[in-house]
Amino acid sequence: MIKAEQKPMEEILKAIDPYKKILLSGCGACVTVCHAGGEKEVGLLASALRMARKKIGKPLEILEATPARQCEPEYAQDLSELIEKVEAVLSLACGVGVQTLVRYFPKIPVLPGVNTTFLGETLSHGVWEERCQACGNCILEKTGGICPISRCAKQLLNGPCGGSSKGKCEIKKEADCAWQLIYDRLSSLGQLYKLEEMIPAKRWGVESRDSGLRRIIREDLKI
Amino acid sequence: MKAGSNLEKILSKGLFAVTGELGPPKGNDVSVVKRKADLLKGYVDAVNVTDNQTAIVRMSSIATSSLLIQMGIEPVMQMTTRDRNRIAIQSDIFGATALGIKNMLCLTGDHHTFGNQVDSKNVHDLDSIQLIDCVRTMRDEGTLLGGEEKIEGKIQLFIGAAENPFADPFEFRVVRLAKKVRAGVDFIQTQCIYDMKRFKEWMKMVRDRGLHEKVHILAGVTPLKSGGMARYMAKNVSGIIIPEEIIDRIVKAKKPAEEGIKLCVEQIQELREIEGVHGVHIMAIEWEQMVSQITEMAGLLPRPKVE
Repeated sequence: MIKAEQKPMEEILKAIDPYKKILLSGCGACVTVCHAGGEKEVGLLASALRMARKKIGKPLEILEATPARQCEPEYAQDLSELIEKVEAVLSLACGVGVQTLVRYFPKIPVLPGVNTTFLGETLSHGVWEERCQACGNCILEKTGGICPISRCAKQLLNGPCGGSSKGKCEIKKEADCAWQLIYDRLSSLGQLYKLEEMIPAKRWGVESRDSGLRRIIREDLKI
Repeated sequence: MKAGSNLEKILSKGLFAVTGELGPPKGNDVSVVKRKADLLKGYVDAVNVTDNQTAIVRMSSIATSSLLIQMGIEPVMQMTTRDRNRIAIQSDIFGATALGIKNMLCLTGDHHTFGNQVDSKNVHDLDSIQLIDCVRTMRDEGTLLGGEEKIEGKIQLFIGAAENPFADPFEFRVVRLAKKVRAGVDFIQTQCIYDMKRFKEWMKMVRDRGLHEKVHILAGVTPLKSGGMARYMAKNVSGIIIPEEIIDRIVKAKKPAEEGIKLCVEQIQELREIEGVHGVHIMAIEWEQMVSQITEMAGLLPRPKVE
């Protein structure tokens, strides 16, 4: 799922400084799972912001909402009544959710309250790690199900580099070397032969973000 | 001949090659290049010019290589995939070969976070093996990577790459070398060797796959200046193994720098005896003045003149 982290208080306070009444909108999906922008975080942040503003003599009125999925039009549109009552929206959804509100509410500023960080998995309670960069052409079949695009610091398709030492990456000592993991995994599957051939250069320019705005159109689903 | 460089001629005649290394200045001061070049000239067959090593911004390896040619030294231009996409890579190869550069070392490059521009975006459009494949395609097919597009002129490069027998996973390093050979590499320069036992194990694996007959392997050495340097490298540089007895020897020496040179000479002599090692690559980092002494003591002088 999408992982995010709340922005520093100072940055949030600066962004909402011009406003006296805002809507603080969380999201019930990914950011709830990673404890960055669910209903609980909306409540906590709203209290903290009210106190901070009261302290400097500029009280702030905050309406609170946490739609099930802020990135879906029907849930986003449900916020219209609340949005009519405020000067700005502070969103704790990911960057997608912010932009859905921007699309439906052209006249009101929508400010991000989190930094959208990566597509990742939960390693343990409170620990998440990146697993996918949505590169547009999945190569996991070739690499034993471990993604070097998201997990190797140099995105090597024919790793590991010389900085792989005792299973760890030289860039971040706490990070496993993705190519050591790939090697170990293919070794245990008896598929090391997959590493004998060069994986050719990736077509970043036609498959990935570099190709320009990506869009999926499913004719069978269109109304 | 693929490129007709001095290094290629020496290796193809079966002579034991010696290469050195020169780090360009952190600016445009040509006198720094000149000073280092003078210390290496005549003692090595070709000089590697690093490409913003450890991601510290320096004079470009292409420009520095071109200066070396003017000074009568043959360069091995290093190129990393860290800072260039395939458009820039191929364009720079056009330029470099037009300037007379005949050897090129294909590298992934040190991660940008080690350097002095940590906020930069790293590129890695290709990796080092794909870069080898790209250069070979340009040279042997006369086309750009992945295309029918014909190149105007002729790319003549002797293609090199690095390999680190001391990185992990150890058993995979030779498989990866084989990939580089298949991609089209002509010569390999290794990471600096201190753990002779492990290097010999690696060379045996190289010979078992018959790779020593397909690629010229130049063994990397770096003279140790002091006990502190030995300890620092052993502890902090990933992919370098320095056995305790070597650290001890340098630490306990009355004159550690002299002992370091002596050790380096012994290493060269031992490496020379290993089947499949076709030369040494001496990386005397900011200690270029010792290269003349090392090559003299190791019996590598005078360097052969080949036609």
